Amino acid sequence: MQFSDSIFAQRFQITPGDLEGHLAEALSQGGDYADLYFEYLLTSSISIDESMVKSAAQGVSMGVGVRVISGEKTGYAYSDDLSPEKIRKAARVAACIAAGPSKVDKFDLSEGVRHNLYPVLTAPTETAFTDRVELVKRADRAARAYDSRIFQVQAVYADNLRHVMVATSEGVLTLDRQPLARMSVFALAREGSGMPQRGQSGGGGRVELGFFLKEKTPEHFATEAAREAITMLDAVNAPAGEMTVVLGPGWPGILLHEAVGHGLEADFNRKGVSAFSGRIGQKVASELCTVIDDGTIDSRRGSLNVDDEGHATQRNILIENGILRGYLQDKLSSTLLGSPSTGSGRRESYAHVPMPRMTNTFMLAGESDPADIIRSVPKGIYCVNFGGGQVDITSGNFVFSASESYLIEDGRLTRPVRNATLIGNGPEALKYVSMVGNDLKLDEGVGVCGKEGQSVPVGVGIPTIKIDRMTVGGTA
Amino acid sequence: MSENHLLELAVDVVRLAREAGASDAECTIAEGNEFSAGVRMRELENLKEAGSRAAGLRILIGRKTGSSYTSDLSREGIAHMVKSAVELADITTDDPHADLPEAGELGSIDGDLRLYSADVEGLATGLKVDLAKRAEEAALSADPRISNSEGASFDTHLGRHIFANSRGFAGEYRSSYCGLSTVPVAREGESMERDYWDSSSRSFAGLEPAEAVGRKAAARALRRLNAVKVDTRKVPVIFEPRTARSLLDNVFDAVHGMLVYRHESFLAGKLGEKVAGENVTVIDDGTIPGLFGSSPFDDEGVPSRRTMVIERGVLRNYLLNSYAARKLGMKTTGNASRGLTGNAGIGHGNFFLENGVQTPEQMIAGISDGFYVTELIGMGVNIVTGDYSRGAAGIWIRNGELAFAVSEVTIAGKLQDMLFDLEPANDLEFRHSIAAPTLRIGEMTVGGK
Repeated sequence: MQFSDSIFAQRFQITPGDLEGHLAEALSQGGDYADLYFEYLLTSSISIDESMVKSAAQGVSMGVGVRVISGEKTGYAYSDDLSPEKIRKAARVAACIAAGPSKVDKFDLSEGVRHNLYPVLTAPTETAFTDRVELVKRADRAARAYDSRIFQVQAVYADNLRHVMVATSEGVLTLDRQPLARMSVFALAREGSGMPQRGQSGGGGRVELGFFLKEKTPEHFATEAAREAITMLDAVNAPAGEMTVVLGPGWPGILLHEAVGHGLEADFNRKGVSAFSGRIGQKVASELCTVIDDGTIDSRRGSLNVDDEGHATQRNILIENGILRGYLQDKLSSTLLGSPSTGSGRRESYAHVPMPRMTNTFMLAGESDPADIIRSVPKGIYCVNFGGGQVDITSGNFVFSASESYLIEDGRLTRPVRNATLIGNGPEALKYVSMVGNDLKLDEGVGVCGKEGQSVPVGVGIPTIKIDRMTVGGTA
Repeated sequence: MSENHLLELAVDVVRLAREAGASDAECTIAEGNEFSAGVRMRELENLKEAGSRAAGLRILIGRKTGSSYTSDLSREGIAHMVKSAVELADITTDDPHADLPEAGELGSIDGDLRLYSADVEGLATGLKVDLAKRAEEAALSADPRISNSEGASFDTHLGRHIFANSRGFAGEYRSSYCGLSTVPVAREGESMERDYWDSSSRSFAGLEPAEAVGRKAAARALRRLNAVKVDTRKVPVIFEPRTARSLLDNVFDAVHGMLVYRHESFLAGKLGEKVAGENVTVIDDGTIPGLFGSSPFDDEGVPSRRTMVIERGVLRNYLLNSYAARKLGMKTTGNASRGLTGNAGIGHGNFFLENGVQTPEQMIAGISDGFYVTELIGMGVNIVTGDYSRGAAGIWIRNGELAFAVSEVTIAGKLQDMLFDLEPANDLEFRHSIAAPTLRIGEMTVGGK
């Protein structure tokens, strides 16, 4: 995309000269670096409940964030008005962080490098609502048709189209158009007058609407949600204590996100407050484990052509054959640590300061047959779906909550078990990985990662893996 | 824009929506100014300051709804928002329960709820940075084992909230917030732990002294050092006020009217029944001056009020907006909550568990083998079934005393059973909009080795 074709040039008449002027204002009190992050965001959502489309909403928001970095200090201000005077005013506020002559004297903006991972012609947000509303209606019908014991269904379809522009005092100008769509289905099942059980499913990505018509249909997600709810009707109490845990492929990759991903974000490590601080080159997992964070996979929810600081995203090796290789860097941490940016600077919106974040985090496939992995376990638990997770990066302790899992008895899956939290310690947990399957799968595209109050879309993935020892938080 | 301008704008948006074909309309406008100063290791680390505002609209055409929002409050931006909401009513379904509250239900609490305090405005940047520095310094100098810090911050927020609808309601209120927090990191040998303490208030005068914030944070981080994992077993569990609050959060979800009408809560269909122990009384009160959960009216323009939720173990009321009330054949409890737009959801006022009789010390002294929980992580609570399983850290109780730090364990049970087995202590404080005293659950499964 050319700057002159962008919404910022076309609709808001912003010129390269304006951008240079704003950057100069931002550095008027001194400082090492400044950037501008422009955002124009269109969102829409449609939801169905009790077979009625009860809600449909759309909206638009826009703004610009101005950041000034001076040594380890950051000044930040934003404006939801894109007029030159208001941007200038925000730049003056951000500038207050610095004192003394600026080390930056001129910036000839030229367009930076970026990928083309989601060459979407028409974003879902730009299609007719009459087409999108059909998705939730189809999901509702399919979930109810799955089994007569399904008595409540909710489906939500949401999309957005984000136009972003980053201009930096290093002379880089990048533009991106980021479509994102997601569908989620929730189902409740009940047998007679018994306790209801719930199931949920969802997915999406940086895709056109056709994705939900051809690849992953509303029926696919609805059937999956209904199946989980029906399965759980037979669930027994989860066991408690340390045992062998087998994770199924795909979304259980949330383990990696919590156990190692957050702890490898460079801001925590620069400050020495992560359980992984100072451990580069050390063994933190079994040699069967290679963990990657890759922002460059086509059409994925966690992918970006450029990060929110204008750097092209990358494929970054976090752990290679069990050895810790590197951290996820943003501009500030990479400058202070003297290492290259890994294209991991992300932010929720123009009103937020960028931080090192994950994109799509997954483990490479191994050689074991998934069926052999389950057969090898005399007594344990097999987890295929999870709610969410959390980590305390300083102690390294993390949890993730299983929403669908089964007892393994004598190498066979027996009863489904009720929801239970699994807990482990980041630098230790993956040392107990004794088998890695040949069935790497990425999740369907529903992940949202929260850090310091900012939410960003992410992906995870994992093959079937066997962890010899992990604590399961049941009651039995 | 002048003070009244935004209220006029909201009334105008409702009128424009009516002219565009809406039979009813609700408009919310929010305006805010935020400031944040962060320090780390005795140096200023970041400053952030900005203001913003945006408007949202929900319309009905008959029993069909449409919603929209915009951060562009220009004439064109507003016109686009109105058009967007009206066009969406075409794709939604006739819902016999979709409506606004009745005119007679609308209104606002009289008198000053002290949601806004002028002393938060106009604080010098230097003073705010200094407070954060003092809080961090107090933590860093508390003990040689506090060797590192994730920093300290001082934040303020000043807001205005405006709401108008087509049944004649138009109201607004201002609010203020200031908060001071610090996150020290304690280290001893291979053990590294962090914790935090924060103080927040609607008035600057209401904040705890910076030194007290720092010292409490340091003490919390220090007592977590050298934690061990215990054997799996069933024991009594004490939740300190911070973790007890998170349990009350789960109780709020269970009485949330939208979850109740969908049978998504284990408390659905239990009104009038005994659902908790004799000593359990839970109240929602949006009318207590100065607290974070108070407001003159809810997000549908219904006055906030005090609602008895659980009275000595008996479930008395769910928390409702007008939609959930119509679905359940009841009356709204003034708990409507929403962002800028969309159908109203449900929120709480000051939602709290009443004090019991014992002091926390007496409660601990009465346990020979148990777990005092100071941190909970993860989302392992299923409100549909009541299944409760969360990651926990804290201190083991041995022979009536806090003995040693414990981490990397889970606590599990069923909320239904936990409520019957719950005993509150007498140290309730309204630090946040959800509040609880220290509480004891007679038996839970601690998952460890």
